[in-house]
Amino acid sequence: MSKKIVIEPVTRVEGHGKVTIHLDDQGNVAQSRLHIVEFRGFERFVQGRPYWEAPVLVERLCGICPVSHHLAAAKAVDVIAGAGTGDGLTPTAEKIRRLMHYGQMFQSHTLHFFHLASPDLLFGYDAPPEQRNVIGVALANRELATQAVLMRKYGQEVIAATAGKKIHGTGAIPGGVNKSLTIEERDTLLKGRAPLNADKMIAWSQGALAFFKDYYKKNKAFIDGFSQFPSNHLSLVRKDGALDLYHGVLRAVDAAGKKILNDVDYQDYLSHLREEVRSWSYMKFPFLKILGKEKGWYRVGPLARLNTADFIPTPLAQKEFEAFKAVTGGKPNNMCMHTHWARLIEVLHSAEVIRDLLLDSDITGTDLVTKGKWQPVGVGVIEAPRGTLMHHYRVNEDDLITMANLIVSTTHNNEPMNRAVNCVAKAMMTGQKEITEPMMNAVEVAIRAYDPCLSCATHAYGQMPLEVSLYDATGKLISQRRK
Amino acid sequence: MTPPGSSSPSAGNKSSRILIYGYGNLGRQDDGLGVALVEALEQWAAMEKISGLDFDSNYQLNAEDALALAEHDVVVFVDATAEGDAPFVFRRLEAHATIAFSTHAMAPESVLALCAELYSKQPEVWLLTIRGLAWEPAAAMTPAAHANLAAALAFLKLWLQATQ
Repeated sequence: MSKKIVIEPVTRVEGHGKVTIHLDDQGNVAQSRLHIVEFRGFERFVQGRPYWEAPVLVERLCGICPVSHHLAAAKAVDVIAGAGTGDGLTPTAEKIRRLMHYGQMFQSHTLHFFHLASPDLLFGYDAPPEQRNVIGVALANRELATQAVLMRKYGQEVIAATAGKKIHGTGAIPGGVNKSLTIEERDTLLKGRAPLNADKMIAWSQGALAFFKDYYKKNKAFIDGFSQFPSNHLSLVRKDGALDLYHGVLRAVDAAGKKILNDVDYQDYLSHLREEVRSWSYMKFPFLKILGKEKGWYRVGPLARLNTADFIPTPLAQKEFEAFKAVTGGKPNNMCMHTHWARLIEVLHSAEVIRDLLLDSDITGTDLVTKGKWQPVGVGVIEAPRGTLMHHYRVNEDDLITMANLIVSTTHNNEPMNRAVNCVAKAMMTGQKEITEPMMNAVEVAIRAYDPCLSCATHAYGQMPLEVSLYDATGKLISQRRK
Repeated sequence: MTPPGSSSPSAGNKSSRILIYGYGNLGRQDDGLGVALVEALEQWAAMEKISGLDFDSNYQLNAEDALALAEHDVVVFVDATAEGDAPFVFRRLEAHATIAFSTHAMAPESVLALCAELYSKQPEVWLLTIRGLAWEPAAAMTPAAHANLAAALAFLKLWLQATQ
């Protein structure tokens, strides 16, 4: 009898997701799907509001990466305010925004690696759920867990200093920022009370990389082979090809490294990207128009960024980048679990950028805002922790938003996450009659590499069940487990 | 009224460092009840010149909050809840080292467990949950949530005054 296995929701992933795996009569995986209840209502929520409110309104879209939405919206409204398309801000304004963004990147990536990924690496996906969490990490490696807490805290302090406060910050405004750093704020972040200072963050980032590389040495077959498949990769890069998480041009490469989107202006993203609607999913499937929907899907995020960028413009991260690229002979890396490695290289890069910005005198400057000629449309794109994030607004003559289109990183990664699930399902569930905890965990490990964040910041206490449901071929529920 | 699960306001003492920490999303209607309570309580404490209280808020709890717990003697977490009939519930939490089914966020019991593990400290931790009814993307809370917020705020003021 054929079966349908449902895993719902995916644990330690934001929002609601469920995985369905269809087995045929012989027990082979006939089809697998990752269903995500994507939240689309927010685009309507901002319609009718003045465009200058957008950077603050969109922070409430996501409790995990509010700074990324804040800055992507700010970049879009910069265009509307006549402040140019990413290169028109004052040096102080751009550097404050970069500091805010790299602070967000640092703390978000740190959370993902230590809190979500390291339990899988330390204990394996067949370990009991009670152990596969950050408290399990603390029990097994107190130093690692302590550093994780302080790295998160440092990133939060960078955000608070630049955005005005830890949450609901108002730092970025149309055409610039509303504050720079005081000397005291700069010195606190740069040299602050031990161990919360920039140099220590760099050192601990290197320690995290050493931890991963040591693990990789001992578990190469797993890290290389788990859920690996060829794909295209897309991200922003700086105009000279450097990794740049705040601003740049859009570049895409195929699985062999050939450029398929050659450094185009993101204001024109609609000429290059399309979104496919599939009947079984609420979330769209973006693809590169030039390749079509069958071949044009791509990955975004840390792995994609290190595949599209030519180099990293900070010395320690560049050295790590060279080692990372050497594994694949300079060609794009299509190994899913190497995303964790790429993420940690970005942690180190972020720490270096934060230190360099704090040493830059512009960071305490007073020229904060650029004004120019009003435009009716603006697009803002940023490399958020999870990948490319696009905000697109149109306003009327009363400055009210009439159209908003957001393409978030998790939407870009929709097809790759589905492929990742399929890889794991075929490897672990073929011929099986019942799903086991390790099988379920393996599916989650594959999805978790993409660190999906599903715009679900509502979390009312007590609402986080894990439900596993088993259906037969007729759709009848034959088994269900809730934790 | 003594709401279900509450305790007499005698847990604190004059030398305690007390943290009131609300979490939730003000952009999701009643989900922001915890943050709204902290904002109101902070204003009240300033007006009444009540010292010894620290305030914080965030979208959700996470690992770094273990450090904040370690730096306080008493912590009151404030959150929205979709469960129960009472306007609010106030209860003492024990450390619980299981977060397997959380998301990017941590449960308060798990933050306490992490605090105990990393910093060998076990502050007195309470959870005040306020009943909410709507969770859609909108800034306005429901009238019922406002009423529940007022009741919870009044209760917590009394509890804190008893500790001063």
